[in-house]
Amino acid sequence: MGAYFSDIFFGLKSLFIGLGITFKEFFKPVVTVPYPYKTIKMCKRYRGHIELIEDEEGNPKCVVCGMCERTCPSECIILGSKAVEFEVEVKGEIKTKKKKVLTKYDLDFTTCSLCGQCVESCNFGALTFSKDYNLASSRKEDFHFDLLKRLKERNS
Amino acid sequence: MSLTIFNTVMAVVIAIAFAAANAAYLVWAERRGAGRIQRRPGPNVNGPFGLLQPPADGIKLMTKQLMIPAGADKALFMVAPVLAMAPAIVSFVTIPFSDTIVAHSMNIGVLMIFAFASLGTMAILLAGWGSRNKYGVMASVRAVSQNISYEIPMLITVITIVMMTGTMDLKEIVTAQSGGLLNWNIVPSLSSPLMPVAFLIFFICSLAETNRAPFDLGEAEAELVAGFHMEYGSMGFGLFFMGEYANIVIGASLITILFLGGWGCPLGLYPGVWWFLLKIYLVIFTFIWIRWTFPRTTIYGLLNLSWKILIPISLFNLLLTAGLLKVF
Repeated sequence: MGAYFSDIFFGLKSLFIGLGITFKEFFKPVVTVPYPYKTIKMCKRYRGHIELIEDEEGNPKCVVCGMCERTCPSECIILGSKAVEFEVEVKGEIKTKKKKVLTKYDLDFTTCSLCGQCVESCNFGALTFSKDYNLASSRKEDFHFDLLKRLKERNS
Repeated sequence: MSLTIFNTVMAVVIAIAFAAANAAYLVWAERRGAGRIQRRPGPNVNGPFGLLQPPADGIKLMTKQLMIPAGADKALFMVAPVLAMAPAIVSFVTIPFSDTIVAHSMNIGVLMIFAFASLGTMAILLAGWGSRNKYGVMASVRAVSQNISYEIPMLITVITIVMMTGTMDLKEIVTAQSGGLLNWNIVPSLSSPLMPVAFLIFFICSLAETNRAPFDLGEAEAELVAGFHMEYGSMGFGLFFMGEYANIVIGASLITILFLGGWGCPLGLYPGVWWFLLKIYLVIFTFIWIRWTFPRTTIYGLLNLSWKILIPISLFNLLLTAGLLKVF
């Protein structure tokens, strides 16, 4: 008989404790985001598609060594470059030197497997992962990224 | 004479409008409340605070086709949703919102409301049986056994109140509690010291009678898909839904009238319909709050609670009150 009443008492008490918890939650702020209207910033270590990094002058850091193109297992990176002459002062003499400048960095995201080998292989710190995740589209062309154009758009 | 008939018809129309509006907007309140408790906003896209959600839902339900499954009992299938909604609306007629606002005052109001509340069980039984669906039948069996078990402690508690006030008129019951918090039936008095317990029993029973979580075994989604209204679409489902919410309003009104002093103010000031509405919406908020706090019970736990705990305690309370009323 004692167990009967203590069961009722402790059962009822636990119910009121439960009610107390939900009552407190009722007045706490909302934690969800109304997704299509608002998006949250992605965390630091999120690995989206790749993105070029710029130097101080706003040009891509890339020196067109082609490591990323070669290491990519899915062969989804295509680089384009041209040679540019420029002048430097070395010991009072002005010399002309040649260097490669990036003219095209195409990423075919339809075949990219997001392995990150390109970022690993880059010796000049010119590649990073973007934080974009709203990438749904019904057209294949939307997944062919021109990273150079994206960099220019970011700077403008 | 014709004026009184006109008045009664008007009152009934207002009662129907009140029931329907409440049924529609309690769905919104339920979803908003659920959202807040789960720390999300709930429906907030249609209109300010999502207030246009119920009309949108209603239009959507009304434009859908009403399907009658092959092999179903057509007559029962069509009657059941109406039977779910109609008793709830009829019960509104006798509920006194204040001293003067009552559609039709009856001296057996309590009896009438409980008689019509029992009809709601029939709606569930007919819906489950008529739609010829195994889940529907299982839900009906559960709902009927649940409603019968919980009607007993509920009625015993009501008998206690009726014994104390000596009347079955809802208006008289409220008048007996007028004059402040200490006269309310929820407060233990000399002749019935177990009144808070009786209130708790009545509250639990009204949760079970209205098939609310954690006692919504008639529509346990996890086991019975959707239970008794599984085969219903369109406004058939809509009527079940509205009937459920209208029943919740009836249950909250009964709790307010029988235990919380009806339209009386806790301090005895300015009695009126506003106090009544405030109290019923507080009780309804508690219903919603409970629904989103507790998980669903099992059918055995449910029946055990009624037969092993609620009925013995309410019977004890009845006998104690009867004895003490005789003494004092």
